[in-house]
Amino acid sequence: MNIAVTGDDLVVVRDVGKTFSEAGGLVFGRSQPSVRAVDGASFEVKRGETLALVGESGCGKSTLGRLLLRLIDASEGEIAIDGVDILRLSSNDMRQMRARVQMIFQDPYGSLSPRRSVAKIIAEPLEIFGLVQTRKQRRDRVAELMIQVGLSPTFMDRYPRQFSGGQRQRIGIARAIAVDPQFIVADEPVSALDVSVQAQIVNLMQDLQKSRGFSYLFIAHDLSVVRHIADRVAVMYLGRIVEIGPKKRIYDFPSHPYTQALLSAVPEPDPETRKSRIILKGDVPSPANVPTGCSFHTRCPIVQPVCRTERPPLVETASRHLAACHFAKPHPIPL
Amino acid sequence: MTIAPSLSRQQPVSSTHPGPLLKVEDLSIEFGPEGTAVRVVEGVSFSIDAGAAVGIVGESGSGKSMTSLAVMGLIPSPPGRIATGRILFEGVDLLGLPRSRMPEIRGRDIAMIFQEPMSSLNPVMTIGDQIGEAIKLHEKMGREERRQRIIELLKLVGIPDPERRLGAYPHQFSGGMRQRVMIAMAVACNPKLLIADEPTTALDVTIQAQVLELMHKIRRTLNTTILLISHDLGVIADICERVIVMYAGKVVEDADVKTIFRSPKHPYTRGLLQSIPRLKDENTRLYQIPGMVPLPGTIKQGCPFFPRCPDRIDKCARETPPLLEITSQQKAACWVSAGATS
Amino acid sequence: MTILPGSVGTLSASDDIEHAIAPEPGRTALLKDMLFGQASTIFAFSVVVIFLLVAILAPWLAPYDPLAQSVLSINKQPSWAHWLGTDQFGRDVLSRMIHGSRNSLLFGLISPALAAFFGTILGVTAGYFGGVVDRVISRVVDLLLAFPELLLAIMIAAVLGGAFWNIIAVITVAFIPGFARVARASTLAVKQEPYIEAAVAVGLRTPTIIIRHVIPNISAPILVLMTLWVASAIRLEASLSFLGIGTRAPNPSWGNIIRDGLNNLFGSPWPIIAAGFAITCVVLSFNLMGDAVRDVLDPETTR
Repeated sequence: MNIAVTGDDLVVVRDVGKTFSEAGGLVFGRSQPSVRAVDGASFEVKRGETLALVGESGCGKSTLGRLLLRLIDASEGEIAIDGVDILRLSSNDMRQMRARVQMIFQDPYGSLSPRRSVAKIIAEPLEIFGLVQTRKQRRDRVAELMIQVGLSPTFMDRYPRQFSGGQRQRIGIARAIAVDPQFIVADEPVSALDVSVQAQIVNLMQDLQKSRGFSYLFIAHDLSVVRHIADRVAVMYLGRIVEIGPKKRIYDFPSHPYTQALLSAVPEPDPETRKSRIILKGDVPSPANVPTGCSFHTRCPIVQPVCRTERPPLVETASRHLAACHFAKPHPIPL
Repeated sequence: MTIAPSLSRQQPVSSTHPGPLLKVEDLSIEFGPEGTAVRVVEGVSFSIDAGAAVGIVGESGSGKSMTSLAVMGLIPSPPGRIATGRILFEGVDLLGLPRSRMPEIRGRDIAMIFQEPMSSLNPVMTIGDQIGEAIKLHEKMGREERRQRIIELLKLVGIPDPERRLGAYPHQFSGGMRQRVMIAMAVACNPKLLIADEPTTALDVTIQAQVLELMHKIRRTLNTTILLISHDLGVIADICERVIVMYAGKVVEDADVKTIFRSPKHPYTRGLLQSIPRLKDENTRLYQIPGMVPLPGTIKQGCPFFPRCPDRIDKCARETPPLLEITSQQKAACWVSAGATS
Repeated sequence: MTILPGSVGTLSASDDIEHAIAPEPGRTALLKDMLFGQASTIFAFSVVVIFLLVAILAPWLAPYDPLAQSVLSINKQPSWAHWLGTDQFGRDVLSRMIHGSRNSLLFGLISPALAAFFGTILGVTAGYFGGVVDRVISRVVDLLLAFPELLLAIMIAAVLGGAFWNIIAVITVAFIPGFARVARASTLAVKQEPYIEAAVAVGLRTPTIIIRHVIPNISAPILVLMTLWVASAIRLEASLSFLGIGTRAPNPSWGNIIRDGLNNLFGSPWPIIAAGFAITCVVLSFNLMGDAVRDVLDPETTR
């Protein structure tokens, strides 16, 4: 294995890519154009750190999150979690690995099996990995977990449909932390929730991280939420990471024009500061038909001829701050 | 910017009617069978002057969407029912009108943009025909004239190459483009009031920025009165001059936008503003309002926010506060803010 | 690999534990309401229960031996001695009906249950794994579906003969494609649900996922189909018996009571009337029960 693992890197991702191609049928199949969902992603997640993955719908952020947990198999590249190259694990070994990597889902309504009680849902990972033996142990542990996520254990025999969106998300979090994982992929965990509930869940996720020390890959489209929870931020556009760096750098000195546009587009809840927005032209191109060169060139406000032909590599613009743009320069935007 | 004459014929700012364009009085909406009905909107009153942009903000279950549907006469009935109140549009009570008159007003005088741009468009009709249908219903116009109008509308909402896109079907458009088409349909007959229910919620942030820009442009060029329903205070701050805050089916605060963001008077508004994550600050722990929104029909007595309120006094548990005037610019349904002590 | 035992901190992540959730609708109360709220459902359940009791208690209930012939009482009208009259061999029609209910109901219950079992296995396998497995199973199912049930049953019965278990097998095979189709379509829908992905992410094995998370969520349409096909199975058995390849004479089943009755229509119409009425009642009742079962099992309606 040629992945250099330094002491504090928990997750190391190298040149990971995923191409979805619909295979033709046995008799009457028709082949679909293949979609390059993730292209050459490389990054690390440190122990105890939160790396946020931001981007608009269809940019491949959710796919990348699932590649890290092998919920989808990568087409190429290497992924090491705590020194284990998970792409080479047998499916049996991978299942054992799931005691260390868990996921929190976006949809608090769909991600809980409607016919199982809350206790059964939370206890499932505990049973799989043999962490509880008796019925009493199981119920005690479930009760503890429910208290830790702010739910009353008196409701453990109820069914998910009786809970509100925020409460369901708490159940999902309890299930994810039940086996004490080292790494949690959280796929848009608060985007389906109301503002005040969102604050509760974000705080809960931060508190749990503080007390248990796991790492998050926090997938989100809401840059305001990310600013509160992330240590580092990676910005994706059409399957590629276009900028990655410490949070403070990304928000104060975004270097890629896409990041700049993204930040300036967030409507600020303050009527007295009408900021000047960078309005991008047009829509995100289809991932089935990624533009040549820099994939952002069709919408870029500072596009040059070279951008249409040459793909810019991800290069360091400052310490630990990388951007993929021929003309990247730190550009403080008036927030 | 050049706007064709047919579009720029402006609404007279003060129409023949002297009062506010829309006045909602004591509106209550119930769901469920009579007797065991649950009130999802209770005693809501507000008014909107011609030319204004007013936002209704609230979380799910606050009754904000129901209120806007009531104005459009679109409450699903049964099981829904308007229990009390009046909705005066230019002085005429819409609830008193015979059912057959509503379609006349919908689309021509009051138009609506919905959250989901895909499901709100008919997938088997070209967008040109869909926009034309709205015009055909309400205005006498020749075929060619109508075609020109549609092209102008598409131009107005920023659809490139409108002559060619006229014959396109909704699935050939992206989400942002479809929302533009929806807006074109809504303003096709130059409505006096445009109700936008979460118009940007389903859109990505860069596309949202485009649509917000377009809404500003619509207001500038057509002088349309806008009622914006949203959960996103950023969007409200961007578009509106006045904000109505709803909680558990009631209006809890009503003030101009600067006042409400600078000095909110209802504890719920305060909590909501504090709990939004902001782009500017980091690492500060988010404020969280304790507890959760009460289920509809569970609050029988007193202020609906009482169980979660940090400022509550005994009176709040007993008496439901009406919308009280704090200043001439600001009303809040809170005993404490209005000066009551214990 | 070592698994860290769950370290239990004293920390309670947020100090406000939420104590309010939507009220429990009361599952048993709800069930009662769904099942007995409508007169038609009560009727259906009563009919099914009565027929089942009759079938179980047949030897004690039947006033005469169903096979006993009597030359002295042929084609009798209903009377106090013979409530439903007698047939052309002088056998008591009521006793034959009572004993015949055993055969008919056994076919009616066992075949759909077996068909549901095998059909679900096939359908879930095809739907969950997809690819070549799906294509092979689907083609075979399509092939079986191309034959009318009755034709298929006659073909198999003609080859195997009409023994009890052969008839069960015949009806089962005829019904499997329908169950497989429904199971496959439902599985495809359920497989898209985020909770299936959540189950994979948590570390469950595929068979466990299928048993715990897929099958319970496709059970409603399968059970409804089963109640509908109880009716069809009774009808199919009747058709086979009518054609002479079902239950063999002189043993009674509702189907061959009708067949014998038809040959003797002008002698006495009562066997046909009784058996026809019984079949109609049971079929109708199971269909009504199917509707009720569907309402109870739909998680959305129990909200």
